[in-house]
Amino acid sequence: MIKIRALNHLILLLLLFISQLAALGQTTLRGRLLTPKGKPVPGASLAIKDSYDGATSDSTGRFQFETTEKGRQLLQVTAIGYKPVEEWLELNGSPVDLQLILKEAIDELKAVVVTAGSFEASDTKRTTVLSSIDVVTTASANADVTAALRTLPGTQQIGEREGLFVRGGSGEEARVFIDGTLVNNFFYSALPDLATRGRFSPFLFKGTVFSSGGYSALYGQALSGALILETIDLPDQSSASLGVSSVGLSGGYQHLNKKKTASWGANYGYTNLYPYFQLVKQRPDYFRIPAFHGGDANFRIKTSKTGILKFYSTIQANQLGIRTPDIDSGSLKNAFGLTNYNIYTNLAWKERLGKKWKLFLGTSYSLNRDDIENRLQDQDNKDQFIPVQPYVSKSFDVDASGSLLQVKTVFDRRLGSGLSVLRFGGEWLYFKDNVKFRDTISRNNLQEDQFKAGFAELDVYITNNLAAKLGTRVEHSSLLNRANIVPRLSMAYKLGEKGQASLAYGIFFQKPERNQLLLNPDLRFTKAAHYIANYQVINSSYTFRAEVFYKKYEELVKTFPSADNSGDGYAKGIEFFWRDKKTIEGVDYWVSYSYLDTKRDYLNFPGSLQPNFAANHTASLVVKKFITKWKTQFNASYSFATGRPYYNIRFDQGANKFILADQGKTIPFNNLSLSVNFLPAIGKTGAKSFTVWVLSINNVLNQNQIFNYNYSYDGLTRRPIRPAANQFFFIGCFFSFGVDRSQDVINSNL
Amino acid sequence: MKQTAFLLLLMMGSFSLFAQSEKYQKAMQQRIAEMETAVQNGNMPALANTFERIADAEKNQWLPYYYAAYCQVMTALLEQDKSKVDPIADKAEVLLKKAEALAGGANSEINVIYSMIATAHLTVDPAARWMQYGQSSSAFLEKAKAQDPTNPRPLYLEGQSKFYTPEQFGGGKAAAAQVLEKAIAMFDQFKPASELHPTWGKAAAQYFLAQCK
Repeated sequence: MIKIRALNHLILLLLLFISQLAALGQTTLRGRLLTPKGKPVPGASLAIKDSYDGATSDSTGRFQFETTEKGRQLLQVTAIGYKPVEEWLELNGSPVDLQLILKEAIDELKAVVVTAGSFEASDTKRTTVLSSIDVVTTASANADVTAALRTLPGTQQIGEREGLFVRGGSGEEARVFIDGTLVNNFFYSALPDLATRGRFSPFLFKGTVFSSGGYSALYGQALSGALILETIDLPDQSSASLGVSSVGLSGGYQHLNKKKTASWGANYGYTNLYPYFQLVKQRPDYFRIPAFHGGDANFRIKTSKTGILKFYSTIQANQLGIRTPDIDSGSLKNAFGLTNYNIYTNLAWKERLGKKWKLFLGTSYSLNRDDIENRLQDQDNKDQFIPVQPYVSKSFDVDASGSLLQVKTVFDRRLGSGLSVLRFGGEWLYFKDNVKFRDTISRNNLQEDQFKAGFAELDVYITNNLAAKLGTRVEHSSLLNRANIVPRLSMAYKLGEKGQASLAYGIFFQKPERNQLLLNPDLRFTKAAHYIANYQVINSSYTFRAEVFYKKYEELVKTFPSADNSGDGYAKGIEFFWRDKKTIEGVDYWVSYSYLDTKRDYLNFPGSLQPNFAANHTASLVVKKFITKWKTQFNASYSFATGRPYYNIRFDQGANKFILADQGKTIPFNNLSLSVNFLPAIGKTGAKSFTVWVLSINNVLNQNQIFNYNYSYDGLTRRPIRPAANQFFFIGCFFSFGVDRSQDVINSNL
Repeated sequence: MKQTAFLLLLMMGSFSLFAQSEKYQKAMQQRIAEMETAVQNGNMPALANTFERIADAEKNQWLPYYYAAYCQVMTALLEQDKSKVDPIADKAEVLLKKAEALAGGANSEINVIYSMIATAHLTVDPAARWMQYGQSSSAFLEKAKAQDPTNPRPLYLEGQSKFYTPEQFGGGKAAAAQVLEKAIAMFDQFKPASELHPTWGKAAAQYFLAQCK
């Protein structure tokens, strides 16, 4: 018995000894890495600090390794997308079992982004709906920024006026911002019953945010939407460019210094439609052929590793004259002549101040001058003056000049270690508009407004999956002598890997139009409240978006029975967007559909009406395909809209009020556009020049388009408003020298 | 007495230093050998972590960070879920920056990895990213070639990129084969600065060359 016990003791001792020995050698660490929700974390790195010992967690989050380190040691756990964890361990040979929790790191790429109301086109790492090249290669766009946006949901197909008509809003209700500051006269000056293009080349911008509602507190004075454009940084290389097309010539030079810290450049373009009009018949008689001169200059300087100063300036001069048959008489004509001068200058500086702060400082100045002469003419194009209505008001001159000087500053302060940011700042805008109007008498009107705004916005990231944006904006207009303060709220919640839902709410104010203030200088701000809910799934091969919105207009301007803010209205609808780059090999396409229900009572409307710039159903299809063998990219787009209402709103002398004398709906709108880009220089290695041929045709099927109707003074005649020509053809050749762009094109199409 | 103690300490110090460097050599050689089969075994992420541990422990060697970056960027290039590529490539860049700092600047081998990182970012969304990453990827290769004309790796990567580029764009199998043959000839001539310096790429170059024929 004793013997056995002794033996037992011996074995125990031996065992003890052996384990002691093992303890001197190695310690086993094992365990599991989990998220707070209990999901495994694979691929995480575990390391005993300052030693080679460690492991990588497997697909179930488990790990096991041996270490020869002893005593108090620091275990470090890191995994991409998670906050690192450190744990002090006592290593003495006995196995260590660990269950560690890794929390998700809040990071910009994974974090949810508020998408309610806005479409982003940019080249950031985050997947966006459009990239900046999409703006250029949309078939119907003809290199016009806003035309490309018309293939997105929420916008109307308007051909008789310039501007973006967003969700039941008029063209004036959407504003454009370049590098943070408001742009007056983003479009070429308005023409009677014809839409004009944007003045700015899409190649100038690297980032585009198009908000069809619920936009940030940093911007204001747009009831329905905001287009926020960011200009490009330094070019990759120095280069010269030359363009020849069916409508004009252009040339430019960009210089990048050797250190790649600064660049400067200048471009000039001349557009003259004379040759084109000889070939393609236009409906109006252009007695002065449209001719445009445009020159621009820029410099961009890196002020530090993180800062950049950008300057852009353009000067434009253009003229045209259009003669159309007068609607009130069979024998007379109406001749409209316009000369326009425009200067736009923008200087913006961005800099990081320390680790937490960012500063933006922007200033811009613009000056626009329109000289308009409108004449009544006979069949021999001789000026006529008939001193009775309606003819008396058809002979007039307008000299309108408007300038805008502004300064804007925004500070960004990072909060904590995550992505939460507090943004605040202010802006000051000085508008000066001088209009001289001359018909039988001469009137002069000068309007000045010192507009000030302050804003603050807080981006709160509660987790990677839940974010909120809380903003407020205070505005004061010296012209109205009124102030307003508004809330802006939005939030986003991530549903699964790629899906997310967002909500947005905001109140938006806008000054009445200049001519409305002439009727009553005491008008108040017009007002709209937006409610938006959005669901989006996005990954690198497809995007799906659905959005519902409700918009309530208040304080809209009425011009009758009295000029006041008694107008109101609403807009509601649902919109879908689908983009797919994968299903059909090599083909990238997107489809958008919008349903809009809107009515408003404003201006001289005799009641609540669906405005003539709102169609109930709008849809677009955009397709792009690159055929490698032919070195050619084919782009097509098809847009459709149901008919829009038109009205003859007449003053009834007997009833002493405006009545609806006639109304109807236009034919549906259809437009198929094609464009082809041919790149013959691709693949010629070492080529010093690069050529792109562009051919585009708008309205390939020559479908009839009617945008609205004009009525004669007596209401007996109505005439459709149609484009100047059914179709538009463009052919151009663009060279760049000193730069081999082959690689770019190849990579963009792989 | 003091002197003896000092000498002893010195001896012990140098002994541990020697032991340390032997340990480093051994560990590195073993891991570098493992790299050959890592793509097939799906072992790249784990190897990346292992190299990083060695690098963090060593503190003044650029090669372990270089290999950690290489293994990470290979992981990024092999990743099928494109949404995961950017963070992995960013991680590779962080490691490569550390290698660069320890190596006293970006040498030819480091620029090769920078090029691969740019390519990884490019693959996420080629159409939208060519401006930024397409150009920088080839610029890094050119730099690597200029810094060390005997380095076969930039040429191998150029051949591989030609392999994936359509003929109409100056790529194609014939063009790729030309470059790859040159690269393989250079691999045969190439003498690494030490046992631990990079030698990878020849097998892959031969694989692509075989595909060209």
